[in-house]
Amino acid sequence: MSDSTAELTLSPEAARQRDEVLAQVKPVDVPRPELVTGDRDFHWVTEKICGIPESKTPRWWWIMFLVAASMATFTLFGLTWLVSTGVGVWGLANPVNWGWAIVNFVFWIGIGHAGTLISAILCLLRQKWRVSINRAAEAMTIFAVVCAGLFPLFHVGRVWFAWWLFPLPNSNWIWPQFRSPLEWDVFAVSTYGTVSVLFWYMGLIPDLGTMRDRAMKGGRKLKAMAYGLFAMGWRNSNRHWRNYEMAYLLLAGLSTPLVLSVHTIVSFDFAAANLPGWHTTIFPPYFVAGAIFSGFGMVLTLMLPLRAVYGLHNLITQYHIDCMCKIILATGSMVGYAYSMEFFIAWYGANNFEVFAFVNRAFGQYAWAYWIMVSCNVISPQLFWFKKVRQNTALVWIICGFVNVGMWFERFVITVTSLANDFLPSSWGYYSPTIVDILTFFGTFGLFSTLFLLFVRFLPMMPMGEIKAVMPAADGHGHGSGTQGQGYPAKEGGHH
Amino acid sequence: MSAKSTYALLATFSKTPEFFQATAKVRDAGFKKWDVFTPFPVHGLDDQMGVGRSKVPIFTLCGGVFGFCLGTLITWYMNGFDYPLIVGGKPFWSPVFPFPVMYELTILNAAFGTLLGMFTMNLLPRHNHPLFEYEDFLKSSDDTFFIVIEKADPQFDLDKTKAFLTEIGAEEVHVVEA
Repeated sequence: MSDSTAELTLSPEAARQRDEVLAQVKPVDVPRPELVTGDRDFHWVTEKICGIPESKTPRWWWIMFLVAASMATFTLFGLTWLVSTGVGVWGLANPVNWGWAIVNFVFWIGIGHAGTLISAILCLLRQKWRVSINRAAEAMTIFAVVCAGLFPLFHVGRVWFAWWLFPLPNSNWIWPQFRSPLEWDVFAVSTYGTVSVLFWYMGLIPDLGTMRDRAMKGGRKLKAMAYGLFAMGWRNSNRHWRNYEMAYLLLAGLSTPLVLSVHTIVSFDFAAANLPGWHTTIFPPYFVAGAIFSGFGMVLTLMLPLRAVYGLHNLITQYHIDCMCKIILATGSMVGYAYSMEFFIAWYGANNFEVFAFVNRAFGQYAWAYWIMVSCNVISPQLFWFKKVRQNTALVWIICGFVNVGMWFERFVITVTSLANDFLPSSWGYYSPTIVDILTFFGTFGLFSTLFLLFVRFLPMMPMGEIKAVMPAADGHGHGSGTQGQGYPAKEGGHH
Repeated sequence: MSAKSTYALLATFSKTPEFFQATAKVRDAGFKKWDVFTPFPVHGLDDQMGVGRSKVPIFTLCGGVFGFCLGTLITWYMNGFDYPLIVGGKPFWSPVFPFPVMYELTILNAAFGTLLGMFTMNLLPRHNHPLFEYEDFLKSSDDTFFIVIEKADPQFDLDKTKAFLTEIGAEEVHVVEA
């Protein structure tokens, strides 16, 4: 009863044989990588993570905030121009009626997917390293969904009618049409945004409790009230943790099929159309892999500077960076495989229109975009095979920048090349964005950064409870095998 | 305000293994109104305390079933019954084409059910709790483990229980008044 880990019952004979074999094989004790380095204790984790929002606002924060907030006004400006004039201010013209708005939507929603992958799928796969990055990655998800949501909302043209997309009775008593992938998208993206917020908030509750308790001890009543309001009276009872952990596991279990469905449905926006280059069954898995690929690129883009600025090297170790680089390598290779498989199937399918669509992608008027995409998405992540590259933080950061650029171009190539050269050569055209498109898109980076900076400033950006739980000192049996598996050296407990 | 009276005895621990062993001893001693407070979820502590499996999944299931039915109902009502639309020669309603809507609403409502279940089972939100009156208790969200035996427990006896807590390895034992 006191030891909950199940053990195989071996007969004395089998046990003797096992010991004999083990004596011959002499298995090496492979140490598991430490997730919190530097021999830190629990209190250090609390101080480090709470210290960030509790300390005085650093000057760099204000500078970054001002830059980001000013940049966000570009979006405001672009959208005001759009709404006051009409969608004609975008570069859209026949036959390209889906331009940057859709590209940007898919780009941002894809960025968000890494956050859910880290918090949900890696939780189910018991990847303990996820704990130091999951909070920030989930925040990234929510802010990316905010940016993504703007584009389909405004591309409907008359944005004041956007609520017709929701199953609400309008003045004509016409309901939404549920056979359309675009309507599925409304449900997928709004569910995704909502569930991401719920998951993120629930994870925050114990840490908000910590912030409240610390503010209380420090006599800062107002702060204690603000954090206390959202901590909902959390008091770290094990009877609470029990339900909390179950709820966390369930939300991870729910978010996993959710995140896979969201980008699948996004890919249906294209795949359910009859256009060559879009109408392919490879789209759902290919979009999901691409989303995770770009999302991890963004996680590293954000976390590496934060790690440097706040000295989080004991919490985001080289092992964490390695893991993320390897996921980028794996998903990047999947994306590269998908690109070549699309080409192969276009040829193998013996459909002239399909063959043309792909040859045109690679060698047509948008060849420049295609080759940017291939070099950023297929070639650059391959560098992560090398340990030397993964250990060079600056280089990792630069490659992640390439990944972000490449994934934006992927969506551009998919959306625009198929439309610009469709079935009727007489209607072919060349699509270019206008200044309004450009301002609106670049402004979303400002919006995203503003929200992320506010998050870093006011909320604990790593889940303290989860980090403490993966430290060796957290083990109830005193040898670190309870939560960690084997190989952890037994250390002195976490008190100092 | 009424005079403060003893609410509970609070024992502190700073190391996980000692605390972990002590919880099993409190359980075996047969206490009923007691609880432990930890800065993080300690693996295997539920068994040590002798508490069963969490009931949150029931809420998740109810939420999910509700969401699925809701999705089925609205798609049928809106496209098949109230305002039948012919689009692409497809049937007015079939379980196939609106499945993504049903699927997403299942997940959405199951997630709300889960969060609601977590709050309900934990009896939260709660404005205050007697334990917060004791300032050192705030360390439970930092690095200290607590075992609390309430006065309401039938076996509670101030001196005996205090001695018991010291015996099982508590570093300090305090009386919490509320």
